[in-house]
Amino acid sequence: MTRRVVITGVGAVTPLGVGSDALIDRWSAGECGIADGAGRCREFEPLDFLSKKEARRSDRFAQLAVVSAAEALAQAGFAEELPYEAHRVGCVVGTGIGGLPSLEENQRKLIERGEKAVSPLAVPLMMGNAAAAAVAMRHQLHGPCYGVVSACAAGAHALGDASRIIRAGDADAVISGGAEAAITGVATAAFGAMEATSPTGISRPFDARRDGFVIGEGAGILVLEEKAAAEARGAEILGELLGYGATCDGFHLTAPQPEGTEAARAIGLALSDAGRTAVDVDYVNAHGTSTPLNDRSETVALKAALGERAGDVPVSSTKSAVGHLLGAAGAVEAIATVESLRRRVAPPTVGWEEAEEGLDLDYVPGVAKPIENGDGPLLAISNSFGFGGHNAVLCLEA
Amino acid sequence: MAGSAPDKEEQNQMATQVSSENVEKVIFDGMVELGTERDELSREATLEDLDVDSLDLVELAQIVEDEFGVELRGDDVKDVKTVGEVINLVVSKAG
Repeated sequence: MTRRVVITGVGAVTPLGVGSDALIDRWSAGECGIADGAGRCREFEPLDFLSKKEARRSDRFAQLAVVSAAEALAQAGFAEELPYEAHRVGCVVGTGIGGLPSLEENQRKLIERGEKAVSPLAVPLMMGNAAAAAVAMRHQLHGPCYGVVSACAAGAHALGDASRIIRAGDADAVISGGAEAAITGVATAAFGAMEATSPTGISRPFDARRDGFVIGEGAGILVLEEKAAAEARGAEILGELLGYGATCDGFHLTAPQPEGTEAARAIGLALSDAGRTAVDVDYVNAHGTSTPLNDRSETVALKAALGERAGDVPVSSTKSAVGHLLGAAGAVEAIATVESLRRRVAPPTVGWEEAEEGLDLDYVPGVAKPIENGDGPLLAISNSFGFGGHNAVLCLEA
Repeated sequence: MAGSAPDKEEQNQMATQVSSENVEKVIFDGMVELGTERDELSREATLEDLDVDSLDLVELAQIVEDEFGVELRGDDVKDVKTVGEVINLVVSKAG
């Protein structure tokens, strides 16, 4: 029997606030969490949720993951006791960079005070799998557990991998998503030096005036479960992760392939994996970074993959409301997608005002709009593309 | 200038006096910094009860070395059971 993958819990910490409701409610209302040119989780206080020791032993990206996971696991009914044997529950969490603040702090100590000043915690704090490890430790999970690193596609790749683990029968549930907290001196300077980030500090995907992405931080964690098992235990099913497509441009270290060929193929793979076609798509949660290159090539890719349907489907970018959460983006956007479908509303691309020639899809300007398609479940794709040419697309239903 | 306080460099070179009381204060403060509740601390408290593990001990060793110039290696502390034993170990190594 084919094993299917459903979502039974979601949790997020984003620049729009602590909790997945803050994300979807505020984004749907057209709010933006960006301030002073960055999407910081200003409402997040680690010690509200973590012991002093837990907080000291986690870099900020791992802290964000642990708190998001706690929300997701509570919603899924995993918080008190796991509904499966612990070895049947895995944990896969993506990140673009990992514990960069710890790396920078210890580099500073090394230079200023020498080797003996470097913390023995430096390695476990900075390692890219630290978020997965922290979540698994807190909930004593013993299934497959690792980090996924694919720049800005990491969150989506993690969820794709997690769904494959369940489908293959290696686990009955996987706690999965992405986490990032890299608004540091080095990262900010480096993204600025490569002219990837917006000099105006404004995230306005698909708008003619867009001038780069706005760096953000946050985490999104989902509880994925094998459908029959989730139904058997009477879990509330929020949505289904129906399909996953992953490809690589193999083209340029940072620039997307202008024709979006491989991005389009990833969309097609996700749809065929889901057993659906372009006409079934009701909503697109775009990667939509607000960089001149991405938003153009993504639009081309959507037209190639969806054909005539592309012009009829609302396409909006969560990054207009929170900035670019790098390795957390794909997971936070998967949550935003599922919650949008559940509310049957496409949140807006906040700040979109000026069209550019060729960028002529329905980017949902101004205010949220209803997703129209009868009363049945709605289908969406969520795109994530990372430096390195990594493309990961999820097909979600709710 | 005769009678003036030692300058900063001299101060840094003067290790804190290694008395049992001084070591206790530094270790207690260090453990609180690492996440132990102060009211749970005593010389008799076991590291296990305080949830102090090997990573805490290497961090504590770093604090002790900074303060007293006493180097503790993993092997030195592997059999230590109580906070008091850690304090005694530092005092004895300093002597």
